[in-house]
Amino acid sequence: MQHDDVIWDLIGNDSFCSYKVKTKTQRFCRNEYNLTGLCNRSSCPLANSQYATVREEKGRCYLYMKVVERAAFPARMWEKVKLDRNYAKALEQIDENLMYWPQFIRHKCKQRLTKIAQYLIRIRKLTLKRQRKLVPLSRKVERREKRREEKALIAAQLENAIEKELLDRLKQGTYGDIYNFPIHAFNKAMEKQEEETESEEAEDEEEPVTREFVADDEFEESDLSDFEDMNNLKGSSDEEEDAEEESREEEESEEELEEEKTKAQSKGKAPLKGPIRKKRAYVEIEYEQETEPAQKSKAT
Amino acid sequence: IRRDREENIGGGCIIFKLKQKVKPDEAAVQEMDQAEIEVTETKSESGACFPPTFSVSEIKNKQRRHAMFLKLKEEKRKQKLELKKKKKKERKVLGDQAPPKEVPKTIENQRIYDETTVNPEDEEVAFDEGTDEFSAYFNQLTNPKVLITTSDRPRGRTVRFCEQLATVVPHAHVYYRRGLALKRVIPQCISRGFTYLMVINEDRKVPNGLILCHLPDGPTAHFKISSVRLRKEMKRRGKDPTEHVPEVILNNFSTRLGHSIGRMFAALFPHDPQFVGRQVATFHNQRDFIFFRFHRYIFKNEKKVGMQELGPRFTLKLRSLQKGTFDSKFGEYEWVHKRHEMDSSRRKFHL
Repeated sequence: MQHDDVIWDLIGNDSFCSYKVKTKTQRFCRNEYNLTGLCNRSSCPLANSQYATVREEKGRCYLYMKVVERAAFPARMWEKVKLDRNYAKALEQIDENLMYWPQFIRHKCKQRLTKIAQYLIRIRKLTLKRQRKLVPLSRKVERREKRREEKALIAAQLENAIEKELLDRLKQGTYGDIYNFPIHAFNKAMEKQEEETESEEAEDEEEPVTREFVADDEFEESDLSDFEDMNNLKGSSDEEEDAEEESREEEESEEELEEEKTKAQSKGKAPLKGPIRKKRAYVEIEYEQETEPAQKSKAT
Repeated sequence: IRRDREENIGGGCIIFKLKQKVKPDEAAVQEMDQAEIEVTETKSESGACFPPTFSVSEIKNKQRRHAMFLKLKEEKRKQKLELKKKKKKERKVLGDQAPPKEVPKTIENQRIYDETTVNPEDEEVAFDEGTDEFSAYFNQLTNPKVLITTSDRPRGRTVRFCEQLATVVPHAHVYYRRGLALKRVIPQCISRGFTYLMVINEDRKVPNGLILCHLPDGPTAHFKISSVRLRKEMKRRGKDPTEHVPEVILNNFSTRLGHSIGRMFAALFPHDPQFVGRQVATFHNQRDFIFFRFHRYIFKNEKKVGMQELGPRFTLKLRSLQKGTFDSKFGEYEWVHKRHEMDSSRRKFHL
């Protein structure tokens, strides 16, 4: 005989049932034939001799029914009915099979069918989309790689490498005529070549024969004083040359003085310097400089 | 009979007697030996004194062991310094005849020779490179056009990284992924004339992977990205990069695999760099890590160049190289990084 109440007393509210999972607020039933998943007097498949469930296998839904007549034959206890793929038709099938059954079981069966149908739809949708594969990272490996990367960065000396490469490209001439430097490089290369050739041929070369005109022992310049004009001409030309030399010297000395003293002077006459000139007819050339030469004492 | 340990701190010398199980016959002899040892030990006062077969690890007391270890270290350091000084003196004395300075060992020096290292005059390699998927580019037939995208739902950092990449690589377009499958994206890209597809994979709001796919049935390389620095995180950076085509520098790609990866990177950029722009993109390979930098340079004179880093910087590590376009299930992999085989030696590198 099936005594549902006795069974429920034995396994039910505060007793032990191997399918029962207790949490703080609720009791769950792990029995695979359970309709709601909760541990209740009306949902327990062990404590109800007339019971029905909807279960899903490989995408198809089945209705399982248990009646008290088959309680003695555990092998045949559950009647399995294949439900239609069509949701509406499956609902009708449930209604038809559970026609005179309690409302609770009918209702819960339909609810369960609904849920199952929904998740089957979602599965089918997801399989069409891209599946992301999660690859686990090993912490140890990550740490090791990070350290190795830092060391590699230090060993790489990136800035130096890039600079070297760029300078090599400049020397090779990949940049064409954009920069002016290549001329210097070219000149340097030429100089180097010249030095090499010179050093090679230095030993072999004879010294060039230099010709020089030397006066006699008894020769004196004053003997040639007949041509005074010549002298004057010579003298003037010499003076000009000397003046030019003087100016150059003056400029150089002035530059030196400028470097030493930084006093600003708008204009200044270039004083005559150098050795005292012979009293010949000469032209005094004054130079005005717009740069700021230092204050000088005029020597007359 | 066990002898206890004695401690003679006064002399700076810790005398340790070995634990011995002494037979009563030899006890007298043992005592004599011990006394001799003690005497000899107290005489030698240079630093710490040790009986011959002794190691610091035999001391059970941690503090004393630590103290002894420190002393040992000091000794060693002193010896090393003395040796150095001596060598230096000798070198000075010898002058020109001194033996040449030894070259220190570096990982690059000690690198295990890779058989696939490319010899510059290798004909087979030259032939291969003349006929591979990049030959079209290197024969100046095609110009690169790059499509940059991300994985699903990118976060801010990844989006900004993509944007900055698009300024670095000329002719680059950024598109949002929006859940599209790569296998469907690729034919569309080909039909629109793209030559490269770059997919930045994101994990935890940070870009961490790069799939670089050369489009008309070219190889697909999968890299791991690390240490991404966006433009605003750069110190002393210049203004934004201009539209000029940058130069490309590829350093240290020595093996066959390295060569093919190097060509992949080279084919990203158009052929004729505009030197007016003075921008250079560098891919530097060091110990299998590829460092990417983007600089603007200026030649101060023929021996000095100044550089200013613009642009993002990141490092790549090659994970796999697959022939053909992206197909992770059925693709034919030319090279896959297998950790247990390839990471076993610290001196072996593959790029």
